[in-house]
Amino acid sequence: MSEDTATMGKPTLSPFNIVAGVILLVGGILTILRFTQGLDAVTNLSDYNPWGIWIGFDLLVGVALAAGGFVTSAAVYLFGMKHYHAAVRPAILTGFLGYALVVLALHYDVGRPWRLPYPFIMQRGTTSLLFEVAACVALYLTVLFIEFSPAALEWLGLKRARSIVLKLTILLTIFGVVLSTLHQSSLGALFLIAPSKLHPLWYTPYLPVYFFVTAVIAGLSMVIFESTLSHRFFSHKMDAAHLAEKDTVPLGFGKAAAFVLAGYFIIKVIGISAGNTWHYLATGYGAWYLVEVLGFVALPAFLYAVGVRDKNITLIRWTAAWTVLGIVVNRFNICLVAFNWHLPASERYFPHWMEIGISVFIVTLGIVIYRFIVTRMPVLYEHPDYDAH
Amino acid sequence: METINTLQEFMLHTKNITYVLMVVALLGITGFWLFLTERDDD
Repeated sequence: MSEDTATMGKPTLSPFNIVAGVILLVGGILTILRFTQGLDAVTNLSDYNPWGIWIGFDLLVGVALAAGGFVTSAAVYLFGMKHYHAAVRPAILTGFLGYALVVLALHYDVGRPWRLPYPFIMQRGTTSLLFEVAACVALYLTVLFIEFSPAALEWLGLKRARSIVLKLTILLTIFGVVLSTLHQSSLGALFLIAPSKLHPLWYTPYLPVYFFVTAVIAGLSMVIFESTLSHRFFSHKMDAAHLAEKDTVPLGFGKAAAFVLAGYFIIKVIGISAGNTWHYLATGYGAWYLVEVLGFVALPAFLYAVGVRDKNITLIRWTAAWTVLGIVVNRFNICLVAFNWHLPASERYFPHWMEIGISVFIVTLGIVIYRFIVTRMPVLYEHPDYDAH
Repeated sequence: METINTLQEFMLHTKNITYVLMVVALLGITGFWLFLTERDDD
């Protein structure tokens, strides 16, 4: 496919470019402020609330929504669902950018970027959950980079290197699944250390399981969501195979998401039962918990199922967007809303506008890089010089 | 609600409810699967 169709004839000062440019400019200024003036200048973080939206949103949500990479590659390469092959590269790219931006966002929170390798050389021991998360994220980011590299190598015309990487596909996919299982659940396990700080409705020994299952849901929904946006904005870059999967991916992934959401709903109820926290449901926090579980778990499970039964692609796509929002709500609830729930209102955390600005900056950066890559590399189409692997 | 004083009582109480819920859940998820896949052959 011709590569010039996307970029030729488009004005440089398009609305997207102007808005993205302003956000990146402001984000650049905020970045300088953060790293020269410290956390206090740009955040509302405190000793009571050391984790704000840079952890709650950029890291926890970012890692969950980047799960589409391992979910899709496992479906195609390990479970043999070859009819979803066209969805692999966009999902891997989304996952790679997601994890890369998670690591970038982490720098804003912890500062001193040169200490990034510290978990491997100066740490309290290999039983630390943070060490495990750091190790898995570092390894999985590397795996995603190698998994995505065939697209870049095809773009660069490096056939020999590409053929070597392709031989590693199955191995990399297995690594991806193992590493994702480990660190997605460990992010939930991090909160097990704070039973007195997290509201009893959200605190449960099942937190690692919940985080892993919601990551699978997030991955499935994010692939549908990302596919929807790609078909809307980059359809001119797609070949026949990608255009043909316009309906098959939402139907297949929507069906899987419906079933996993139903299973997740069950284990959420079991969690309340095992913890005997029923009485909290009658409180204000309980009402919000019910909004999360009924509105963002049970409802999308049902809507996905109806969409799949009726082959209503529009409904599935809206449900995917709703489910992605539900993942954001869930991670915010655990990290921010239900955390430190016993503190007086004056001590509770609300993000500074500059924290939100940095998060918007990082998301925008991801969108800009995604657009840069898909308009140049064979992500949404098969390179004519190569066979599909 | 009955008073829970010991871990034994707590486990007995929560497991009683959880086991009943599990039976309901297994039946429910089976029904949901049938609802989800009912029109697969269409």
